Amino acid sequence: MKAHAQRLIAARLGLALLTLLIVSAIVFGLTGLLPGDAAQQALGQAATPEQVAALRHQFGLDQPALTRYLHWLLQAATGNFGTSLSNNLPVSQLIATRLPNSLVLAGLTTLVSVPLALAIGISSAVFRGSLLDRALNVLTLSAVAVPEFLVATIAVLVFAVKLRWLPALSYLSEVDSFGTLLRSYAMPVMTLCCVIVAQMARMTRAAVLDQLNAPYVEMARLKGASPARIVLRHVLPNTIGPIANAVALSLSYLFGGVVIVESIFNYPGLASLMVDAVTNRDLPLVQGCVMVFCAAYLVLVLIADLCQIVSNPRLRQR
Amino acid sequence: MNRPATSHAATVLYAAGDSEDRTAAEVVKDAPNDAPTPPRSPLRRLAGRLSVLGLIGLAIVVFWLGVAFIGPLVAPYKGGAITSTEIFGSYSAAHPLGTDFLGRDMLSRVLYGTQYTVGLALAATLLASGIGTFFGLLAAVAPRWIDEVLSRIFDALISIPSKVLALVVIAAFGSSVPMLITVAALAYIPGAFRISRSLAVNLMTLEYVQVARARGEGLFYIARVEVLPNMIHPMLADFGLRFVFIVLLLSGLSFLGLGVQPPDADWGSLVRENIGGLAEGAPAVLMPAVAIATLTVGVNLLIDSLRRHGGRAHGGGK
Repeated sequence: MKAHAQRLIAARLGLALLTLLIVSAIVFGLTGLLPGDAAQQALGQAATPEQVAALRHQFGLDQPALTRYLHWLLQAATGNFGTSLSNNLPVSQLIATRLPNSLVLAGLTTLVSVPLALAIGISSAVFRGSLLDRALNVLTLSAVAVPEFLVATIAVLVFAVKLRWLPALSYLSEVDSFGTLLRSYAMPVMTLCCVIVAQMARMTRAAVLDQLNAPYVEMARLKGASPARIVLRHVLPNTIGPIANAVALSLSYLFGGVVIVESIFNYPGLASLMVDAVTNRDLPLVQGCVMVFCAAYLVLVLIADLCQIVSNPRLRQR
Repeated sequence: MNRPATSHAATVLYAAGDSEDRTAAEVVKDAPNDAPTPPRSPLRRLAGRLSVLGLIGLAIVVFWLGVAFIGPLVAPYKGGAITSTEIFGSYSAAHPLGTDFLGRDMLSRVLYGTQYTVGLALAATLLASGIGTFFGLLAAVAPRWIDEVLSRIFDALISIPSKVLALVVIAAFGSSVPMLITVAALAYIPGAFRISRSLAVNLMTLEYVQVARARGEGLFYIARVEVLPNMIHPMLADFGLRFVFIVLLLSGLSFLGLGVQPPDADWGSLVRENIGGLAEGAPAVLMPAVAIATLTVGVNLLIDSLRRHGGRAHGGGK
């Protein structure tokens, strides 16, 4: 009965897996194909050519590229990304200790930003052309254009240095009550929300506006439905798909935003792990982190697609 | 003769960002009205189409472009010269924007930095938009399987967050000026590809393209003569937005210490260098931050205003 929707979902899943495969090839191509670099890096400048060659053999760097890629891919598929070059711990273990922190940060940001963005987007679409709409437009436009390190810097200046309300760094080890939790997450979440809310609100506004121009809204207006009823009962159910898309796109931006925010606030998450790995040129760790980031992105996009399919009755009831 | 298609394509793009209540027909009607009026300079035409906010944006953009070209000529001191014993000095006659963490003149540092920020971003944007448009056209014009392959590859690339992709490339190849341009271009080619492809695909369904096909024109001719001229205006608006994203990406990288390397500095590295002056609110950390914010907000205001007023403003004389 729901065969059509199921087929669509299966196709989306397949596409996501294919994309992940291509991503792995791109990432490996960029990082894995530099011959000898990892071995040279591990041994330093003073190493003799023989030592480098021996280590290259130990790393398997003397194998043909395709063999190495397939080997790496098979290992990666089982969650094994190799060993970090800088501290000799398994990459998967390093990621496992940092990933929950990043997920908490992302989750809190989502909880704060999504309702806020939907409220802004929907109200500026409903009151289109009003002073409120135009003010929100300039405000969100500016927020999108300001880099997050700037927002973070200003937030530190205002809340940590001048007002002394919040700590300038996030010390997760000291979190023991709800109050300290709020204090240590307030600034990173605030910074991330700033850009994401603006983006999401703009896309939500466009999606709602698109529906408000549809003939069925005019019909509802003609039959005397109240503006609130038109928006809540008629328009919103039709915008779930586009809005889910907007939310997913904006949240995927989070993965870029955390790179800056985690390093500024010294937050022990996945992104700061990756920045450290880049600074140390610890390529296995970089590869592992990127694959986790991309997988998370694809999951988000997949969820948005599923929302679109499920919220569309024409696909559901076939 | 081929104008209607422009506005068609334009509405496709603008509908996504902002559905203003102008139909394609209205936009087309505007075009002939321009013809009888005495020829005005392109700049005047452009100004006539902008709102107050748009004009402010235009002024800011022109100002920073000018500074990027003549900045080093008008700078009061050489870029790296230490000119004062006072570090994090405040505004004074000798140093209008104060001094930085080594006692260098901040005004000169910002003027020299403009070249890096604006120049690198401009070069990267030109590359990204150029390559993206080329492949987008190719995908729309070429046989189906090429379209499929290109779309899959770029979909995969787009699922790596731009900052993360930049980190991977820098981890593998290190950070240098050509590398930064390549990284930023690589991160934003997929977006340009998507937009130009969807514009071109829409154009390909129009009658005059089919007429050209029926005439037996080659694919290269169709792409160059029939399709490309009609998508240039929306692509220019996209160019502006892409420029903003690249400025944000590059200054974010510099802020992390992975971008432009000392002693050279773009605005992002200036903020990073002088972050120590944050606590005292030194102009050394505020000024580059203000520079970044004004540039990106300015470009955004300009583009937003162009879109609202029916687009097609760049080079309106043609």
